[in-house]
Amino acid sequence: MKFSIYRYNPEKDNKPYMRDYELELLPTDRMLLDAILRIKTMDDSLGLRKSCREGVCGSDGMNINGKNGLACVTPLKDLKEPVVLRPLPGFPVIRDLIVDMGQFFKQYHSVKPYLINDNPPPQKERLQSPEDREELDGLYECVLCGCCSASCPSFWWNPDKFVGPAALLQAYRFIADTRDEATSERLDNLEDPYRLFRCHTIMNCADACPKGLNPTEAIGRIKKQMVKRMV
Amino acid sequence: MVNRIVVGAHYGLRDWLLQRISAVVMAVYAVGFVLCVLPRLPLSFEDWRAWFANPFVKISTLMFMLSLLLHAWVGVRDIFMDYVKPFGVRLCLQVLVILALIVYAIWTVSLLWSV
Repeated sequence: MKFSIYRYNPEKDNKPYMRDYELELLPTDRMLLDAILRIKTMDDSLGLRKSCREGVCGSDGMNINGKNGLACVTPLKDLKEPVVLRPLPGFPVIRDLIVDMGQFFKQYHSVKPYLINDNPPPQKERLQSPEDREELDGLYECVLCGCCSASCPSFWWNPDKFVGPAALLQAYRFIADTRDEATSERLDNLEDPYRLFRCHTIMNCADACPKGLNPTEAIGRIKKQMVKRMV
Repeated sequence: MVNRIVVGAHYGLRDWLLQRISAVVMAVYAVGFVLCVLPRLPLSFEDWRAWFANPFVKISTLMFMLSLLLHAWVGVRDIFMDYVKPFGVRLCLQVLVILALIVYAIWTVSLLWSV
């Protein structure tokens, strides 16, 4: 199988280049990450992040044949040759397929992604009805791989001001949580032409999400809550 | 001055809503216009004049044009916010667009009520 991988080592290279690799696939090579790790045994200078290798840690987000995804849950048999691998677009490259997620996590922290409830916690736990808990489905599963935000042109142009689809999904995760009591502050925090309203609903995020989540829908629901509170 | 990233203007919802509502107004007008005009074709100059002399047509056309201008304002400002980084340039461009849109609004009224 043919691969073309983005290579850039700022200590050695003046500019990035694409390097071709050819790999004889073994029957055990199921996912793209299996192949990349075998390429790494051939060329140990190739840099990438990975950890759980089953789509839970969100480390190996990359641009695969033009679409962002997690290498560990991308089946090799679905890929067209040559498989072109690039780092997540719009993020500063540290080396090869490794990008700087600093700005991404800064935006994530800015939405206060934790439960805010000043009432004294009950003896055991804050209970929710099954229906209220269902509201969080499609929100809590996010692994923060960055595939969605790195596919969003609004995030490319304004990563310092636009919160981005991943963090907005998390913002809505806490707005939707009946145990959270800071809804109003959360909406105040987001009501901004840059922070929320750079989203032009092009839905690249929903298309890219390797977990099948829909940040665009969550963003729409945040806007709906804002309209509800205004009218 | 330190180049700080400043956000938190606490507006945006109104404009977003305005863009959606103005889109609906324009869609309704466009469909209504086509449906009203199509069966009367071909229209002569006098027919057009008579058509636009109707106060209902005048007011609905004005509503359409105002919606168009407000819609354009939100859209053009969004483009500036996305692509024009120096804020001084952005401010100048926004002021120019506002002035142009006001001129268009006045022009629309003068055209519509000249009939």
